[in-house]
Amino acid sequence: MSSTKPTPSQPSTDRIRKSIILKAPRSRVWRALTDAAEFGQWFGARLSGRFAPGQRMRGPITAPEYAHLSFEVIVERMEPERLFSWRWQPGGDPDVDPAEPMTLVVFELEEVPEGTRLTVTESGFDRIPIARRSKAYRENDEGWRGQLENLTGYLARSS
Amino acid sequence: MSLVSRLSSGGPASISRLTAGSGVTRQAVRKHLGVLARAGLVRVSRRGRETLWRLEPGRLDEAQRSLELIGKQWDQALAKLRVFVED
Repeated sequence: MSSTKPTPSQPSTDRIRKSIILKAPRSRVWRALTDAAEFGQWFGARLSGRFAPGQRMRGPITAPEYAHLSFEVIVERMEPERLFSWRWQPGGDPDVDPAEPMTLVVFELEEVPEGTRLTVTESGFDRIPIARRSKAYRENDEGWRGQLENLTGYLARSS
Repeated sequence: MSLVSRLSSGGPASISRLTAGSGVTRQAVRKHLGVLARAGLVRVSRRGRETLWRLEPGRLDEAQRSLELIGKQWDQALAKLRVFVED
């Protein structure tokens, strides 16, 4: 069902790769990725300014389940309608020292008969302490687990 | 083959063994091992005069699990992009 399966030969601990085909022209996909207002709309962040090589972009995440996080990237390369890349702290963790290693996210666009093939590769995980890699996701996950434990305890006591 | 794969399939190994047939210099291997050690993925132990590097037990699974989680976040983000551009 999902067309975002990782490629089978991917034993790597250092990178993730996802590839999907979008039924939209390359220029449309490029705009959605690199126009800050459009990007913010689907990704779920409030961004001002423009994506440009070397530019630092930052803004609060608007998705309610990640509302305690911010989106912050340093743009690397932009090759119109072909490649867009940035560096960031995985999981958008705002508490991480900016001097800590970042991962590199690369979007690559390719025209295909059905529209556009978009491949996202995030790499550099091997340099990041394991505890920190999915901290944001885990924090969120633990938050919900904690709430469920509270509820279970409450129900047990009140029955 | 990456250092992690080599250690995973071949077990504890010296820098010499990890360098052999890798196509990279000993210095590069040592540097990369240092990076992996700081990330908590490998550790070094001494057996007699030998220095051996090994994967931290359980850390590889943990690393792969966190990668899966982040992969799911990307799945979600791309699904939202699809809805946005496919109008």
